[in-house]
Amino acid sequence: MEMERQETYDIMAVCLLAGKIMLQSGAETYRVEDTMMRIAASFGAHQSHPYVTPTGILFSVEGNEPTKTKLIRIIERTTDLEKVASVNGISRKISAGEYTIEEAYKELKKISESGSPYSLWVHVLAAAISSGCFLIMFQGSWGDFFPAFVTGGLGFLSLLYFHQLVPIKFFSEFSASLLIGLQALFFVSTGIGGELDKIIIGSVMPLVPGLLITNAVRDLMAGHLISGLAKGADAFLTAFAIGAGIAVTFSFF
Amino acid sequence: MTIIEQLITSFIASAAFVIIFNGPKRSLFHCGLVGMVGWIFYFLLEANGVDMVLATVIAAFSIAIASQYFAKKYKTPVIIYSVAGIIPLVPGGIAYNAMRNFVQNDYNLAINLAAKAFMISGSIAIGLVFSEVINQIIRKSKLKTIVNKSQ
Repeated sequence: MEMERQETYDIMAVCLLAGKIMLQSGAETYRVEDTMMRIAASFGAHQSHPYVTPTGILFSVEGNEPTKTKLIRIIERTTDLEKVASVNGISRKISAGEYTIEEAYKELKKISESGSPYSLWVHVLAAAISSGCFLIMFQGSWGDFFPAFVTGGLGFLSLLYFHQLVPIKFFSEFSASLLIGLQALFFVSTGIGGELDKIIIGSVMPLVPGLLITNAVRDLMAGHLISGLAKGADAFLTAFAIGAGIAVTFSFF
Repeated sequence: MTIIEQLITSFIASAAFVIIFNGPKRSLFHCGLVGMVGWIFYFLLEANGVDMVLATVIAAFSIAIASQYFAKKYKTPVIIYSVAGIIPLVPGGIAYNAMRNFVQNDYNLAINLAAKAFMISGSIAIGLVFSEVINQIIRKSKLKTIVNKSQ
């Protein structure tokens, strides 16, 4: 009896860790729930009920003994697709019976402690390049490529910097977009850049909550109403922060 | 010429976005391809006078098909590919213009643009969900034929 109880708790620990990593890395709600149920089922807990929201996971397992329930809180959310893919791979291996409970826990722990596969400068460079490319995609001229490149790169760098300084998302996004607006204004007023609108739109793209908006609507359609609304609110707040930052720039001239 | 320019920039922009989102290195190239397919569909349709919302639905649908193909082939979650594809379609420009008009006290135009941005983000989701539904229907109908044969 005691053994069985301990094992159920171990299964729950593995499921919750997997769910936590996935949710923090930006996986869809249904994928998190599905993965947790699959892992639980392949370890022998056939009746499990995950309840996933963007800010916390509730998980209960039914068995012969009274139902056990655990709750974990999710505070930080980023987008880290590598981790989503790795947890997915581990969940496949668990389903195939390749891992014991301890091994699975150790592997998941390794993933949760691993850092980003790219360095900070690669991130900034990627943001800069994508800003320049978006400018061209939105029918900007090649002459504005360089201003958008610089503005987008510095804007993204300042987002990361401000986020480290004050861990409030709204503040860092507001400051970053304010800086982007000022830089674009500088480039246009010195004659290096041509179209202010295009430069700003291109450089703001790395900050735009595109993934959140789409995930929010998908969650709503899939019936995860609370997750959908929460993600929608998150996306709205980000969009508002960006808009407000740019708006302050416009009030300067 | 414009099309080649658009193909190259959309490929690079999508792949760069996957780096920002910490995507796996081995899928960067495929993500770029997915983004390119989606954007070229959208770009050509819009250039030929198709409504923006419809063009977005079709582009999102093609993105979802390409992502599901890669996801199945390389056994990775669909979201990695579909995120890369969606990013160029996100109505960042319209949302920006809406915000700008709000600030300049032109509320009528701003509400118009905001509604449009909402419609487009909704149609991205519809395109994705629609392709998922079709995928499930195909899978289920295949299962049925297998069951029928074995009986």
